[in-house]
Amino acid sequence: MLPFDTLLAARDAIRTKKISAVELARQTFDRIQQLDPKIQAFNSTYPDHALAMAREVDEGKRTGPLAGVPIALKDNLCTSFGTTTCSSKMLENFHAPYDATVVKKLHAAGAVFLGKTNLDEFAMGSSTENSAFRTTRNPWDLQRIPGGSSGGSAAALAGGLCCASIGSDTGGSIRQPAALTGTVGLKPTYGLVSRYGLVAFASSLDQIGPFAWNVPDAALLMNVICGHDPRDSTSVPRAAPDYLAELDVPIKGLRIGIAKEFSLDSGMDPQVKAAVDAAMKKYQELGATLVDVSLPHTQYGIAAYYVIAPCEASSNLARYDGVHYGHRTKEPVNDIIEMFSKSRAEGFGDEVKRRIMIGTYALSSGYYDAYYLRAQKVRTLIKRDFDEAFEKCDVILSPTSPTPAFKAGEKTGDPLQMYLCDVFTVTCNIAGNCGISIPCGFTSGEKPLPIGLQLLGPSFGEQKLLRAARMYEMATEWHTRRPNLG
Amino acid sequence: MPEPIVTLEDVRHVAKLARLALSEDKLRLLAGQLESILEYVNKLKEVDVTGVEPMAHALPLHNVLREDVVEGALPVEKVLQNAPDRDGPFFKVPKVIGGDEDSAG
Repeated sequence: MLPFDTLLAARDAIRTKKISAVELARQTFDRIQQLDPKIQAFNSTYPDHALAMAREVDEGKRTGPLAGVPIALKDNLCTSFGTTTCSSKMLENFHAPYDATVVKKLHAAGAVFLGKTNLDEFAMGSSTENSAFRTTRNPWDLQRIPGGSSGGSAAALAGGLCCASIGSDTGGSIRQPAALTGTVGLKPTYGLVSRYGLVAFASSLDQIGPFAWNVPDAALLMNVICGHDPRDSTSVPRAAPDYLAELDVPIKGLRIGIAKEFSLDSGMDPQVKAAVDAAMKKYQELGATLVDVSLPHTQYGIAAYYVIAPCEASSNLARYDGVHYGHRTKEPVNDIIEMFSKSRAEGFGDEVKRRIMIGTYALSSGYYDAYYLRAQKVRTLIKRDFDEAFEKCDVILSPTSPTPAFKAGEKTGDPLQMYLCDVFTVTCNIAGNCGISIPCGFTSGEKPLPIGLQLLGPSFGEQKLLRAARMYEMATEWHTRRPNLG
Repeated sequence: MPEPIVTLEDVRHVAKLARLALSEDKLRLLAGQLESILEYVNKLKEVDVTGVEPMAHALPLHNVLREDVVEGALPVEKVLQNAPDRDGPFFKVPKVIGGDEDSAG
């Protein structure tokens, strides 16, 4: 493993000169070289660039709360170095002309960028199997997937190939891979983190967030990446609090909402259920009260999501036309429309095509009211459910994913089965509030698999959400376990 | 058998709208997959949405305006650095007017 258990410990060791930033970057690249051929978390790595960044820290030219810490970035965040591929043939050779705001903020905080991590193409998927380049493996069991779409970022962290990583969450794409890899993953409230430079999938649902080994590391990353950005008109102008302040102070009288709609009739793994039930008991021991709440429209969450997200995607992905950037067909064409159509057919993978088709259908003349408009009305009802529930409780507890990590290839044949992986996570994106996944147990067996606990908070409720997560973390040791990678 | 939600013709039309040149085999496969996804999505019809306002996104934000001040823009070379084809400072594309689907009129 890397010589540190947490990002904060690595940061402090660099600060006190127990290790240099260059040395830590070197050790991290040694691990990547040794282990990533098996895990396949990275699409690209940039050792020379990273060592130059680390040297600047060692020479005192770059300081800040993340000075010298090696971080991995999901490959849908624009970086002015290297490529930004979205794991798509469409952008295989795309060099972004600017840094995403989040990348700029991390850079200004002193972070060292190792490389770009694999994802489901354009962040559409729950396993990274939709990547055009590689399927990332779960460090806990290399036969299994790490979840998705931010599977590369999750696996890189779980495998100790970085000290933290950044992902994006449109329907669960941070929380589900965090659950499946035994890491902490936070989806911030919509509007809290700038999306400028995040390649758009579904603009009203996408949010950037951190993966971390524990809650304080996630809180520190939030301190760095939050904040208003004039370049993202949906970024909210409000002062970001210090998420590390009082993080370790348990919340007195914490009210945890339990929604009956989150207990599934079928498809729920019994070991996941047992671990989540045990987590509820643990919270009660810690003085929290369990409150029954109702989220009656939860059962329509996936249906609403698989209208709204593809509609927005079909519009966002219309920009890939082979004119300004991205793949252009080499086939002979008669006119520009044929060039568009052939370039897009060659550049996009099956899942992206499927979602563009669903979205185009749902937005087409005669179907708009029945699908898109109706889904947006159901969205209002889902948001209302949460607003009412959060009047009675501080956070809502559920599993993050109904099952632990599944085997590569297990669900690729049936798109709908893959969509149902998101049953506990999508409504949070639909309503725009915040959610976190933290480790809460392991399956039994020869290769134990991590289980994730999801806590949901109201919009801009990150401070309390992180404190509630930290309460549990301080009383348990699940987050300290690491996979045995030989 | 109940009426399908989408026919092969629908799928062909949608592919054209989406500017995706797909083979017949692919269209057939997609027709089946879209059918099962739309069948699932149709459960939205059970919900009573009478009088419910649609929500485009979760924030109570409307138009966000800024002062009309000139700011820096990307240099032309940066803008063109990813162009699949170019002619000097221009993006180069195949013929736009006069093709089968000419709708420029």
